[in-house]
Amino acid sequence: MPEYSLNVNGSPRTVDVPADTPLLWVLRDELLLTGTKYGCGTGQCRSCTVLLDGDVAFACLLPIESVGDREVQTIEGLSDDRSHPVQKAWIEVDVPQCGWCQPGQIMSAAALLAEHPDPTDEQIDEWMSPVLCRCGTYNRIREAIHVAAKEGGR
Amino acid sequence: MSGHEVSRRTFIQVSGGAGAGLVLGFSLVGCRRPAVATGALDEGALNAWIRIGTDDSVTFLISESEMGQGIHTALAMLLAEELEVDWARVSTEHAPANRTLYGRQSTGGSTSIRTNHERLRIAGASAREMLIAAGAARWDVPVSECRAADGQVVHASSGRSLSYGSLADEAALLPPPDEPTLKDPAEFRLVGQRTRRLDSPEKVDGSAVFGLDVSVPGMLTALVARPPAFGGSVRSFDAAAALAVPGVRQVVEIPTGVVVAADGFWAAKQGRDALSVEWDAGDFGEASDASIRELCRELADDGAVVADKGDVEEALSAAKTRIDAEYDAPFLAHATMEPVNCVAHVRDDGCDIWTGTQAQTSAQDIAAEIAGLRVEQVNVHTMMLGGGFGRRSRNDFVAEAVHASKALGAPVKVVYTREDDMRAGSYRPVAYNRFSGAVDESGNAVAWEHRIVSPSIIRSIGGRLQNGVDPTATENAGDLGYGIPNLKVTYADPELPVSVHFWRSVSNSQNIYLTECFLDELAAAGGRDPLELRLSLLDAHPRRARALRLAAEKAGWSDRRADGRALGCAVAECFGSIVAQVAEVELVDGEVRVPRVVCAIDCGIVVNPDTIEAQVESGIAYGLSAALYGQISIENGGAVEGNFDRYPIVRLRDMPQVETHIIAEGDPVGGIGEVGLPCIAPAVCNALFAITGEPIRRLPIGDRFKS
Repeated sequence: MPEYSLNVNGSPRTVDVPADTPLLWVLRDELLLTGTKYGCGTGQCRSCTVLLDGDVAFACLLPIESVGDREVQTIEGLSDDRSHPVQKAWIEVDVPQCGWCQPGQIMSAAALLAEHPDPTDEQIDEWMSPVLCRCGTYNRIREAIHVAAKEGGR
Repeated sequence: MSGHEVSRRTFIQVSGGAGAGLVLGFSLVGCRRPAVATGALDEGALNAWIRIGTDDSVTFLISESEMGQGIHTALAMLLAEELEVDWARVSTEHAPANRTLYGRQSTGGSTSIRTNHERLRIAGASAREMLIAAGAARWDVPVSECRAADGQVVHASSGRSLSYGSLADEAALLPPPDEPTLKDPAEFRLVGQRTRRLDSPEKVDGSAVFGLDVSVPGMLTALVARPPAFGGSVRSFDAAAALAVPGVRQVVEIPTGVVVAADGFWAAKQGRDALSVEWDAGDFGEASDASIRELCRELADDGAVVADKGDVEEALSAAKTRIDAEYDAPFLAHATMEPVNCVAHVRDDGCDIWTGTQAQTSAQDIAAEIAGLRVEQVNVHTMMLGGGFGRRSRNDFVAEAVHASKALGAPVKVVYTREDDMRAGSYRPVAYNRFSGAVDESGNAVAWEHRIVSPSIIRSIGGRLQNGVDPTATENAGDLGYGIPNLKVTYADPELPVSVHFWRSVSNSQNIYLTECFLDELAAAGGRDPLELRLSLLDAHPRRARALRLAAEKAGWSDRRADGRALGCAVAECFGSIVAQVAEVELVDGEVRVPRVVCAIDCGIVVNPDTIEAQVESGIAYGLSAALYGQISIENGGAVEGNFDRYPIVRLRDMPQVETHIIAEGDPVGGIGEVGLPCIAPAVCNALFAITGEPIRRLPIGDRFKS
């Protein structure tokens, strides 16, 4: 099997997997970074959202061979101590319920704030609506993004 | 929480003396005030729920499953309140499966607070009194001179104090008090206060460990090829192509299908895609939505009687206005964001299960039977649940993992893809309903006939109907709360092979939709305001009337709305609580929007108001998804929808603003996890009826208004 060199959360990692293996399963099964979640396998729920050089990407659809030398950032790499403004706001507003979709929500929100440091409700709606939550935490997600924006966003 | 610590503690049955700690279990059946029984537990344990470390850490073992509903936080609040500990030191873990200590462990039916609020207060108070007694003994002073505060035992007259951690080992050796004194609720400092969830930190950094995240040494990952039609089976299979996929280790048959086991998910998926299976479709292989509905319609006239009051036939024929209507509610999948999964490791001398289950003791029973072990040889490690909603009480995924591990001789993680999960059944049952109703000259509802045909959950899980009736199919239908003098309700089970199961709020999810919408049809036929008609029929249910009035007032029921915009209301009593909702709905270019929902909820007591609000929001999101889009269709005997493209759910931009008004006056304690759901569909549909004049007699609403 081919060998791939990756940059994950600032660390070099090497994996030996088939070329079509999605990044999601490399993260979860090979690197045991299970914070990135599987929800649909088809890019529709966005639970698997990670950042690639800061841009949102859906790890379930991304073959490992296409990742290249871009930096992969997962929920485990957002901060060492839950100190990212989005994480702090999520705790303050008590956003999570079951929590399964929240890594995807948080990574999406972090990317939103990097692009729009003080987003309007309309910008939040557009950016965050693709990320599904079955527990219905949406109103708190919106509130927490505003809280994080006040704290300086990124 | 430290849910990611995969616990392997073994619970011994006989007290092991110093260091083993004492356990208090409660005999649960039929006791109003549970009696304390003794057993034995591990180090630092004061009873089955409470462990105090020498570092003063406080760990609560919670026998209920945390699936997002916030129960670990709420139950920890009850324990901490009575124990008198610093909330900042509290963490929780899922308790192991242990019938002796906890009784039957099943998280469902919105029962957790109802079942536990008293017994956990007793457990907290009991441990507090044991710690005080240990402190008094250490100082050789009377117990009556000591008190507990903030994790310390204090002897005020001498100014001495000892931390709980320094007393825990001694306290654990003391006999539990027969009747510990509970705090006066007026002195509660924690219970009733808005309190942050204990599990948020681990859910924002990826460290929370869910079932699908579990990895144990030597584990194989397995996907199961299951029959495409319900009631189907494997005729034969050819494993060669699957085994040729790199990483695939074994292919074996189990009762539900063919297992492809590999080194990881991707190899297992490639292997299953390559597997060749010939299926026997069974008797249901030709079934479709149309054939199911035809069967249900044929059965409608022959249902078993659920309720019969007055003379419906006479009242229908005598009345001024009569309405006949057919209402349909579809099969629904739970679609938990984490698809179901289970890790099992079967050995000669025991079995370990790691999974997000809502039913630990049933998981234990199932595993023991399949593995040929005694129940106490099965350790159930409950992991975080990525949503439950009833789906994770079925434990079909546990059975598959145990079968697979037994057949493969290795630890196995059975994973469901989204499509596997959505097509595996355990659905909210489809329901065909025939109504006849009548109103008199004054617009009073005088006759109500409701014939329900819907597959029985009780039959699907191996139980028996009672006189032809499945009570889990007739909630809020047979016991319709409205004072209509002539009432008849019947039920028939079409006995389909599609597995059906408890789906958040069970049959309330369809029956409250149906009955509350048909009531609005009667109101319109009699020229009555829907709110006023309801209140006129609720003399026997003042709590329902109060909640409905509150929701209507806060929503501005009597204010005029612009064209294309209207309010709809619904009220219900379920899971021991009362819920009323008013939805504001607008129809714009054929698109249904729900900008605002006002909810009044009467749940008797409040443990954590933040949790109540979150659960109302959650129930509304879940119920609105079903009302707007939710449907599992049957073709060729199997489910059509497999993923979120065909089974959409509400998104952030669709989520209404939700205003929750809590009434809690100490009435009987009610549940909350499911209560927010059932009223949203009828409230929205009734608003659409007000806008368009056309009743919504079939869910989902779908795109019927789009040109």
